[in-house]
Amino acid sequence: MNKPIRTISIFCLLLFLALMINATYLQYYRAGALEEDPRNRRVLAASFSGDRGAILVGREAVAESVRSDDQYEFQRRYPQPLKYAHVTGWFSYFSQTGIEQSQNDVLSGDDSLLFVTRLVDLLSNSTPKGGSVQLTLDPAAQDAAFNGLEALPGEAQGAVVALEPTSGKILAMVSSPSFDPNLMASHDFGAVADTARRLGSAESEPLLNRAIQTTLPPGSTFKIVTAAAALESGNYADAQSLVPGGPTYQLPLTSGESGVVDNGGRACGSDRIPMIQAMEQSCNTSFAQLADELGPEAMHDQAEAFGWNSTYLEDLPLQAPSAYPDDLDQAQTALAGFGQSSVTATPLQMAMVVSAVANGGVAMQPYVVDEVRSPELDVLDKTEETSLSRAVSASTAEELKEMLVSTVANGTASPAAIPGVAVAGKTGTAESGRADVPPYAWFVSFAPADDPQVAVAVMIQKADIPRGEIAGGAVGGPIAKSVMEAVIQ
Amino acid sequence: MSQTSSLLGFVHRQRRGAELFLLILALAVGVGAYAAVGLGVEGEIPADIIGYGGWLAALIIAAHLVVRVTAPYADPVLLPVVAALNGLGLAVIHRLDLAYEAADRAAGFAQKQLTWMTLGVALFVATLVFLRDHRALQRFTYTLGLTAIVLLLLPMVPGLGTTINGARIWIRLGAFSFQPGEVAKVLLVIAFSGYLVLHRDALALAGRRLLFVDLPRGRDLGPILAMWLISLGILVFQRDLGSSLLFFGLFLVLLYVSTERPGWLVVGGTMFIGGATLLYYIASTTGVMSHVATRVDIWLSPFDHYGEGTDDLAFQPVEAMFGMGWGGLIGRGFGDGSPDRIPYAESDFIVAAIGEELGLTGVIAVILLYGIMVERALRAALVCRDGFGKLIATGLAGVLALQVFVVIGGVTRLIPLTGLTTPFLSYGGSSLVANWVIIALLLRISDQARRPVPSLDAEDDQPDSETTQVVKL
Repeated sequence: MNKPIRTISIFCLLLFLALMINATYLQYYRAGALEEDPRNRRVLAASFSGDRGAILVGREAVAESVRSDDQYEFQRRYPQPLKYAHVTGWFSYFSQTGIEQSQNDVLSGDDSLLFVTRLVDLLSNSTPKGGSVQLTLDPAAQDAAFNGLEALPGEAQGAVVALEPTSGKILAMVSSPSFDPNLMASHDFGAVADTARRLGSAESEPLLNRAIQTTLPPGSTFKIVTAAAALESGNYADAQSLVPGGPTYQLPLTSGESGVVDNGGRACGSDRIPMIQAMEQSCNTSFAQLADELGPEAMHDQAEAFGWNSTYLEDLPLQAPSAYPDDLDQAQTALAGFGQSSVTATPLQMAMVVSAVANGGVAMQPYVVDEVRSPELDVLDKTEETSLSRAVSASTAEELKEMLVSTVANGTASPAAIPGVAVAGKTGTAESGRADVPPYAWFVSFAPADDPQVAVAVMIQKADIPRGEIAGGAVGGPIAKSVMEAVIQ
Repeated sequence: MSQTSSLLGFVHRQRRGAELFLLILALAVGVGAYAAVGLGVEGEIPADIIGYGGWLAALIIAAHLVVRVTAPYADPVLLPVVAALNGLGLAVIHRLDLAYEAADRAAGFAQKQLTWMTLGVALFVATLVFLRDHRALQRFTYTLGLTAIVLLLLPMVPGLGTTINGARIWIRLGAFSFQPGEVAKVLLVIAFSGYLVLHRDALALAGRRLLFVDLPRGRDLGPILAMWLISLGILVFQRDLGSSLLFFGLFLVLLYVSTERPGWLVVGGTMFIGGATLLYYIASTTGVMSHVATRVDIWLSPFDHYGEGTDDLAFQPVEAMFGMGWGGLIGRGFGDGSPDRIPYAESDFIVAAIGEELGLTGVIAVILLYGIMVERALRAALVCRDGFGKLIATGLAGVLALQVFVVIGGVTRLIPLTGLTTPFLSYGGSSLVANWVIIALLLRISDQARRPVPSLDAEDDQPDSETTQVVKL
């Protein structure tokens, strides 16, 4: 019977060999893939209790990990929760958003940039610590933007974005209403679930980062794009070129009262007026006719050159693309000329428009992560500024700048004027298209005009302001002004 | 038998000293692991380490002394391997207890497991003391076989059997639950061996040759057919592929070894695979026995059955895989993993808990220990001089190997998951006690096998084997 017993031995050997090979496969070759599974709670729990790096604005941490005395070693803390909530996002056991999500590898210490740090931690047997992320945000500009939105009556819904035109650095990004990410990072998971449910179902959508996620009709601020298309077309030489004007304009393909565009009684001449006057007085009739004249394709191309129909913000998740559809008919194109019909934009996109104009026509890639640092705060990586696209030629940018400066100095955008500084700006008040939804107030600007340091877009979706008093200049202008002042001074 | 006769000239030494040395190493593994659990989880060496270590040492030394007296020639490696596995298992169960206590879940498994181990060692001692010659068991072939079948059927008795995790392999008597299959497997090995050693000639010699394979006669197919039906019956009625595979595999191995005809393996293997496939096909198309079909689905695509928005049926195996992946090569260390996330980590999935906290290193070490155990058992079978002993040793080795393969293979997703315990590691009284008896039987057979052949003039009280003349058989 020994021969079969030997055969059985070999068979048993094969069984055990198979077990060992399979265990090796599972624990060595597949381990990485298993750890990347988003449902793997072990990885989450480990990163949740780890000493995560800080998110820095200026010299202060707006998100940091502090020792905790419960079952998780560290607790994530947000010292200025409401002001930075939408940029930092939150770090909860269940999910991450914002910078906490996009820079997770660095903050948790898993990024390859931190390889050496990790190795040292392993060899010295000290608790691994994540790297820090330095943001481009300017604390003063962020304060101004946050306080400006806070000061609006009622629980205002809106957003402010400020860019440094020459680099693309995001200097301020605030969305209102805000929320407290500390509540989401709590170790009391029951409370976290309650908070998530409450915030998720709130009508004012506090979790939404309106600066990059809300797309609304940009209204008259879009006239900058229309003017840019007109100048780029070659049909209009400069700001003084005459463009169609008039108190009213019947949209193409329409008849009757509903198809009539007016200017709300602003001085837009009776026939042709200089483009600069059309901009100063925000003449709907002029820009509707210009857009119709330029045609859907030229308008569409110009919008895309500024960044419409694309996403370009890599540092924060969930950027919504601003929309300029390519199938607008004649009437819709005319409406699009002053930012109505189905044209929509995020506040970031409108900031990109003024930023490109300020920067001689070149749109810079916006970014919010300035530097990645080791736990010892050595700089490991610094974001290089890159240009995104040439939106308009330098000369067109110059003409647009002249018009926008004049719009602040002599026209509708006067609330943003700063004594002694040349400010370029444009207001916008966009119809929501619905009787129960108030119009949206917009304001875009940059300053100083001759040496642009900051470009701002302010959007107020809803505030406790009587319908008749909602206007981009009156509501958004002061906020834009305070943000610009914060940067310049 | 030619191998055996050539071995007759070789005299095995007792090697009890070696066994003692290895046992001390095994004890170091068990007590060391217990201390490491305390250090890792609570930051200090457990206060009861002396009492615990003392108890473990007492059990192991008692087993050793009994072997020394009653089976002096027994294999010196088997007992240390078992002691190491049992000790490691206790430590891991204790570690899970601590996690369960922290989470306010039912705990205290290690305490009970130690009690079961004590009972296991007691039965081990009793087996060695009262069973001085394994051939005595041959007399009870049919009694034991019948008992095994009754035990296997017990879980089917309404009010007595309970269904745990879909498999009906448990019986419950008051607060006391028991897996009769664990005991039945030992009895079946003895019964099969007794039956086959008598009928092997009929099964081996008659038959026809077809395509290089000697096929058995139709009339000899009776027993194999019966066993096949019983196995499939377990699969259908108790819904447990593991036990089914274990019993049928065991039967085939013994049939093959006793008849030396690979034809039986071919016939039996085909029958089992065919039957199981047919059952799976029926299960998946008609919805009868959906339990089996579900198990196979979970095996094939566990990640489709895990997480929010799914039925979460694969929670256990996927958590086990995450845990083992998380453990990696060297493991997280005791207290730094979360093996308590895996349901039944202390019993069926203890290997996953070891994989998470002791890493691939720990898992391979455990598999190698089982490998050594099976190898030593098969070695005893090779050296054993009587057919009955050979068959029992091979059968017990086969049971251990198959059970380890089925359960570790199931946990690591090599084969579909089934509900079997990991011998000596898993929490579970019936399994632990039955396995200690298996080791006692193996030691008894190996003692008999390695013992110098009694001289013909043994009567004149000269047991000096060096000078004994051996008569070749």
